[in-house]
Amino acid sequence: MTTSSTTPSRWRALTHHHLFWPVAVLVLLLLVNVPFTPDFFSVKMADGHLYGSLVSIVLFGSPLILVAVGMTLVIATGGIDLSVGAVVAITGALACSYISDQADQGALSGVLLAMGLGLLAAVVCGLWNGFLVARMGIQPIIATLIIMVAGRGVAQLITDGQIITINSEPYKLIGGGYWLTLPFSIFVVAAVVAVTVVLTRRTALGLLVEAVGGNAEASRLVGIRSRRIKIMVYAFCALCAGIAGLMISSNTSAADGNNAGLWIELDAILAVVIGGTSLLGGRFSVGGTVVGALVIQTLTTTIYTIGVPTQTNLVFKAAVVIVVCLLQSPKFRAKVFGAKFAAGFAARRRAGQAAAPAGSAATAESTAKMEVS
Amino acid sequence: MSATTQSPTTASPSRTPSAAARLLGDRRLPVAVTALLFLVMYGVGLSRYQNYGFAEPQVFLNLFIDNGYLLVAAVGVTFVILSGGIDLSVGSMIGFTTMFTAWLVERQGLPIVVVIPMALAVGAFGGFLMGYVIHNFEIQPFIVTLAGLFLFRGLCLVISKESISIGDSSVSSMAQAQVSLGMGFLSIGAIVSLGVLAVAFYVLHYTRFGRRVYAIGGNEQSAMLMGLPQGGTKIAVYTVSGFCSALAGLLFTLYIQSGDPLHATGMELDAIAAVVIGGTLLTGGSGYVLGTLFGVLVLGLIKSIIQFEGTLSSWWTKIATGVLLCAFILVQRFMTTRKKT
Repeated sequence: MTTSSTTPSRWRALTHHHLFWPVAVLVLLLLVNVPFTPDFFSVKMADGHLYGSLVSIVLFGSPLILVAVGMTLVIATGGIDLSVGAVVAITGALACSYISDQADQGALSGVLLAMGLGLLAAVVCGLWNGFLVARMGIQPIIATLIIMVAGRGVAQLITDGQIITINSEPYKLIGGGYWLTLPFSIFVVAAVVAVTVVLTRRTALGLLVEAVGGNAEASRLVGIRSRRIKIMVYAFCALCAGIAGLMISSNTSAADGNNAGLWIELDAILAVVIGGTSLLGGRFSVGGTVVGALVIQTLTTTIYTIGVPTQTNLVFKAAVVIVVCLLQSPKFRAKVFGAKFAAGFAARRRAGQAAAPAGSAATAESTAKMEVS
Repeated sequence: MSATTQSPTTASPSRTPSAAARLLGDRRLPVAVTALLFLVMYGVGLSRYQNYGFAEPQVFLNLFIDNGYLLVAAVGVTFVILSGGIDLSVGSMIGFTTMFTAWLVERQGLPIVVVIPMALAVGAFGGFLMGYVIHNFEIQPFIVTLAGLFLFRGLCLVISKESISIGDSSVSSMAQAQVSLGMGFLSIGAIVSLGVLAVAFYVLHYTRFGRRVYAIGGNEQSAMLMGLPQGGTKIAVYTVSGFCSALAGLLFTLYIQSGDPLHATGMELDAIAAVVIGGTLLTGGSGYVLGTLFGVLVLGLIKSIIQFEGTLSSWWTKIATGVLLCAFILVQRFMTTRKKT
């Protein structure tokens, strides 16, 4: 930061930061709401809880953030996990059916056991995915397709094809409850994100994950246990999906094997891409993913508030996917904006990502200069 | 075939490959396994439900009637997977076609004869667009067809949130038409799907285009160095898939006689599963479209056995599909490692 003391270079440092564009899109989307709902940014206090559009965006976006954070690490290793939606359904189904069998559904011990059971099942699914990908060497899309197809069947098997409704106060807390005036799910999400960031950025783990994603074979040759890292990452992703599953079923007080977490894997992948993580693997940004997930949730909310028919939601999402992917494609930039701009943009991006782990925007700028010259 | 003769173990003339090794190296093995699986399952069905009329030829023909649309969609996906790509937009495209057709016929009063070419053109154009973006901007097929999935499902809902049932007399007469085969009958949809299969078989195995699809799926780099027009082939493959999806959508409309924004949700997975179970390598470059037929028949047979069983619930279909998928993926995996070493 010492090199950039003047205003223009500080501005450049800001726009070159890897979170700049996702955050800019998020702010823009939030501002779009203001003309339609003037009190969009106001947060009211009622019954000791905070209410407001911003709070509900985070509340309803919580499961997506969780799933997307897990997905980020999987994508960073060059993989993809399509089974998260099914894992969401299985976890919710298992936890709810266990609770509904209890004599006293409000008993804390029973609820904790149910949650443990659900999360255990999720981790088993993740280990299975990781085993197929890392040990058997099957393409991630295909390996995770198995649980994506069979998982919903398993979830329906657990719930016996019914929607199980439960009435349990402690369980309700995870997805629908409030704590310290805020939705409890916000704390869960904050904890998971914090743990992920600390593990990946304050220890070497993040570097190892990126190394595996960059070149699994090379990383194995330099002594990284790439297979073990891959298995761990899939298990972690499934665990995140499991927590999201608990949250979704808790919020509705019901387990729906068919519809719980439907299409969440696609939204999660979209969030990761918007957050600036390349689908090719090798580098990632957890912060970007959180912003990406918030962008998707805000988009949904915006579509509701500005009165566009809700069914066009999916068309908007498709447009966002296409625009984001086109902008990430060097070939598209070269064709549309000219080769010079594309080269500069690519260098800037690369530099921004290289500097992202160090957390210094100033180095990003200097590397960018080096690469351009 | 060629795979066994090239393997290092056979390089020394003293050792000839054993019969077992020759069999395991044969690329036709997965198809044979699937066909055998189908026969075994059919045999189990015969012995279990003999008294319930399982042995009637019509039960067998119904597999084609009830799964014709899936067969057409899976044939399209076979082209894409053989070329080393993937198409996730199939289910949405089918749903969109049912909606588009129902809307034009019922709400706009167009005759079905006019609507059919329109729907096919829209499907082919959608596939072309996706292929164009995939090739020209080098974006992964997975993400482009994912956008296609969102787009077409969204467009379904834009047309109408509620389902539109088709009461048009020419549509229902077309849907109910029966083509007698002596021992039973087939629907028009089943005949069309078998026709599509025959055309696909011819194109993949006897034309230049088919060879290019295999070449690109086998090794895109060498295909390019050989001077094959890989861009055109790639775009064409997605166009074929889009066209097949739209045709599958039309058959599905005939089969179910309505358009619904949620029709065929997740059918891309059934189609991919059928292709995989049919023995096509997911990495591309190896497989037979006839295997896809057996893949579809196996999936259809699971459904009809569950129907005959009565007590089994529908979710067992999903679990059984997943288990089969897993088994075949592992078999493929072992076969490809054997080929490499």
